[in-house]
This record gives sequence, C-alpha cells and structure tokens, in this order.
Amino acid sequence: MSVRRSGARAPHPIIKLLVQRVALGVVTLCVVSVVIFAATQALPGNAAVAILGHSATPAALHALERQLHLNRSVFAQYGSWISGVVSGHSGTSLVNGMPVWSIVGPAAANSAVLVGLSGVIGTVVGVTLGAVVALRKDSLLDHVSSVVALAVTALPEFVVAIAMIILFATVVWDVLPAVSMVPPGTQAWAEPRELILPVATLAIVIVPYIFRMTRAATVEALASDYAEMARLKGLPTWRVLAVHALPNAIAPVVQVIGLSFLYLAGGIVVVEFVFAFPGIGSSLVSAVSNRDVPTIQLLVLVLAGFYVFVNIVTDVVALLVTPRRRLPR
Amino acid sequence: MAIVTATGSGPARPTVRRRRAWVAVLLRAASLPRGRFGLGVVGFIVAIAVLGPFLAPHSATASIVSPFALPSRGALLGGDELGRDVLSRVLGGGWVLLAMAAAATALGVVIGSASGVAAAYLRGRWDTVIMRTVDVVLAFPQLVFALLLVSILGPTVWLTVLAVGFSHAPQVARVMRSAALDVSERDFVKAVELLGVRRRKIMAKEILPNLISPLMVETGLRMTYSIVIIAGLSFLGFGQAPPAPNWGTMINENRIGLVLNPWGVIVPAALIALLTIGVNTWTDAVARVAIGIDREAETATLLELPAVGGER
Repeated sequence: MSVRRSGARAPHPIIKLLVQRVALGVVTLCVVSVVIFAATQALPGNAAVAILGHSATPAALHALERQLHLNRSVFAQYGSWISGVVSGHSGTSLVNGMPVWSIVGPAAANSAVLVGLSGVIGTVVGVTLGAVVALRKDSLLDHVSSVVALAVTALPEFVVAIAMIILFATVVWDVLPAVSMVPPGTQAWAEPRELILPVATLAIVIVPYIFRMTRAATVEALASDYAEMARLKGLPTWRVLAVHALPNAIAPVVQVIGLSFLYLAGGIVVVEFVFAFPGIGSSLVSAVSNRDVPTIQLLVLVLAGFYVFVNIVTDVVALLVTPRRRLPR
Repeated sequence: MAIVTATGSGPARPTVRRRRAWVAVLLRAASLPRGRFGLGVVGFIVAIAVLGPFLAPHSATASIVSPFALPSRGALLGGDELGRDVLSRVLGGGWVLLAMAAAATALGVVIGSASGVAAAYLRGRWDTVIMRTVDVVLAFPQLVFALLLVSILGPTVWLTVLAVGFSHAPQVARVMRSAALDVSERDFVKAVELLGVRRRKIMAKEILPNLISPLMVETGLRMTYSIVIIAGLSFLGFGQAPPAPNWGTMINENRIGLVLNPWGVIVPAALIALLTIGVNTWTDAVARVAIGIDREAETATLLELPAVGGER
C-alpha cells in the first residue's frame, strides 16, 4: 500500500520520461530548424546566385530574392519561414511553383507506408529468425546465418536494390515492376505490386541487425538460471522460449528495432530513387539536384521530426518492456 | 541509443607497451578466419582499384562499341550507355572512390576523437557544447546530412570528402567520449595532472594511446560507411563529374540497359559489395580481438557499436 501511495504522489516514471523526451525533442527540432535554415539560406554569399548560377540576369535574381525574402534580415527570414512551416504555408517550390507542403505531404504519406511496411516485416522476420537460431546455438544454421548476417549488414542499400531488380524485375525473372509507376495523385498503397521490391529491399537491409540482436539476447536469456529451471520442470521448448526467455530479451531488441526505423529514414533516400518511388527520399534527391531550397528545407525538417519521434517512441517502449526500470525510485 | 559498457577497461599500461599491443591486436585479428577473409577481399579490391588504371585495355572515356553491346573479344564486359568499354571503366573507376572514402574516414575519425576525448576530459561547458552539437547532427540520417552539405557545397570531390567526413564526426565523438570518460579518471592521468603537464598534452599523450582499441574498431566501421555513403552519393548523381569512371555512377548510368548488357551494372555493384563486406568482416575480427566481443555476451557490445545497431 505504502509503495502505491508514494507512486501516486511522484509522477509515474513513464509520464516523466515522456514529458522530458517530448520537451527535449521540441528543443532539438528548433535547433535543427535553425541549422537547416542557416545551412541552406543564410549562408555567406547570396542564395539566389547559388541557386540560379552566376550567369543569371539581375532581374531574375531580384525576383528570386523577393521570393526567398532575401532582402530582409536573417532573423526576419527565419521567422517568416518557421511560422510558415508551422501554419502549413512554407513557400512555393522554385521548380514548379507549387506550394511546398502539397509536394511534401503526399510524399511523406507514401514514405510512411514504405517505412511502416518494411519496418514491421523486417522486425517480424528478424525476431523470428533470431529466436529460432538462438535455440540451435552452435549448429551449422547458427554459423551460416551469422556469416550471412555479417555480410548483408555491410551491403549498401542500392546494391541490394539493384540485386532485387536483376533477380525479379529484369534479367533473371521478369515478374515484378522495376520502377514504381504510381501516377501522381494516387497513393502508394493503391498499387501493392509496386511496393513489393522497395519494401523487400528495405526489409532485407534491416533484418540482419534485428536478427543478430535477438539471437544474442535470447542466447543470454536461455543460458540463465530461470530458463534452466523452466527446462528442468519439463516445459516444452517453445514455452521456455516464448514465456521465459523472449520477454527478458526484448529490451535490447526494442532498441535495435528503433535504430532500424531510424536507419530506414536514411535508407528510403536511395531505395526510393532506385525504384522511382514517389516519396520523401526521391523528392529530396530531385530537390537537391534542382537546388530547390524551400523543398529541401521542409523535407529535411520532416525527416528530422521523424527521427525525434522514433527516438521518443523507442525510449518509452524500451521502458515499458523493462518492468524493473519502471518502478518509481 | 548508445548503451555503453566499459570499452577501454583493463589495467592502465605505459604507452610504449600499448603501441606494441596495438600491432598485436591487428596480427591476432588477421589470424582469425574472418579476419583473413576480410583482409583477402579488401586486398583484392584495392589491387583492382590501384592497378586497374594501368591494366585497362582501352580509354575509360572513349566509345569503342555500340551502346550496351554484349561482351565481345574487343570489350570483355561489353559496352556501357555510350558504348564505352565496361572493363576499362571498372578498372579505372575504383581508386577515386577508395581514396575519397579513406580521406573522409580519416577526417571523421580525427575530428570525432578529438572532440570526444576533449568532451570527456575537459567536462563542464566543453562537454555540454560538444555533446549538444552531436545530438543536433544525429537528428538527421547520415546520408541526408551529407546530401544537405553536398547541396550547399556542390558536388566536387574534395567538398564531398569534407561533407562525409564531417557527418561521421558525431558518432565517432560519442563512442570515443564514452571510452575516454573511464580513462580520464585513472590514477596515471591524475599523476601527470599533478606534474603540471598541459591539458592538451595529457589528452594526446596519456589518454588517446589508451583508446587505441575502440579507435581501431571505430575507424573500420567508419570506413565501411564512408564507402557506402560516397558510392551512394555518386549513385544518386552527386559524385565526380560525368565522363570520369566511378563504380557508383556506373551502376546508375547503366541500369537503363540492364536487359541489354547487365555486366555494366553487375560488376561495379559486386565490387562495391565485396569491398564493404571485406571491410566490415575485417572490422568484426578486430572488434572481437580488441574489445573482446564474446559471441555469448555480445548484447551490450551490439548496442554500443552502431555498425551492428544500424545507425548511419
């Protein structure tokens, strides 16, 4: 009783962590927005010249300077940019004159589908493989999978993507589309066939991390006294694994799943470019090659926001699955 | 994110013996099967990249066959999008990638360890400033950060090296700081402090030599990522200017002709894959010897090492 009462007075550790992390995340995002802005727009020299090149006519330069508000002070420029981002009017693209949010919004939705699907599939495959291999420690399967995982970990995602295209979309079997032909305006999930290869590529890239961590943590848990005890009681192997070992092995696995989602946020840049998938990553590549500053700024900010969000979720989930760290101290 | 175990633990040893221990670690790593494999593969690719330009049968920029021609006696791996010899471009397209990756790694490791050791040893305001900067940079995917820098600086070779090197620094700083925290508290550091040795000298001559193990592992990891990111940037079209041969650029140039002549894509992709696998396998061998990762107790180390944690 006394424990419960003291717990009621102090804020619950999860709430406390959540508040701390959200506050820290907002601060980080503010600093990040300053960095993005400073890097892209307020650089020494003239951003208009940088965008249009040195051969631009003075009239064009003036027009662009007005569009980017370069004739105002740096702080005023930042202020109008950030208030625009928050209210959903962060300028227009320098390439096609469309509002930046109308480009970034649908792209973000498509990328979210891509990241969500590959993250979930990668997690399920990685955790299952890791747990199965942990049960067969030091078998041939264990050694082979450890070597394969080490090799796949090192592969750049564009090499995996190209291998998928060679295998399934061109040279070997020509059964799946090599590029996503999602018509503008439609959403990615309307064309499931277009999603298969990008999702498979991203899942392959993250599986080894999740697999290795699950294996290591499960092996550790299976070697513990309580797992030994459960086995001696005559429990079936699957029960020892699912009820006794896995719940204790899950905290570090959650951390690695979180890292994998962060990694996916970078991985989509290359993978979306390869498959011409209309998401954040391919938009960023074309915005960078067109020097479309307003679009670059918003895309990078959205990615940074995703990073901060995933970090918070990971910390909270890791705490939720570790009951001993949850007790109020 | 980085749950940190004692990386640099073990008794403090005098600098001279440390230096020999560092060679011993590399020799022992090279005697492991995976170390030998990694070294062999890396050696093979480096040989192709370095000797290649001298062995190329044709000019890397001259059109000699029809676009995407199949392999023939004149062009053993066929032609690329402009009918240039794929073999010659493969032989000529590796050394710039390798040199850029090595330079970016060196830059990232130097900046990262300097700031990590400084944060751990100086503490206080320095620690706060350095680590908060690290947090901000780590709020982007590394490729996106490099891409952002390239979009500002422009896609020239040296600026790309600077961008990638700089994007490595925060992660290196984090690892080195956590390793240096432990060393900074040791008695021999306190002893030289009492002798009145300057702080910069203490960091360089007393603390850094005791961080050789994590430094070696970190360098290997950063080399893998440098290759991945630099090849990736050239693949995305932000590498060397077009006529120059480059494995990353070649994959992108020739993938439209994948059905006609797949070798223009397969060979450079396979070489990049072998290179990263080789470097990563070698780094794994070094980590096993230097930090003593036991396959049974690798949980903590897996979390600590971003290579296996997947944070790029």
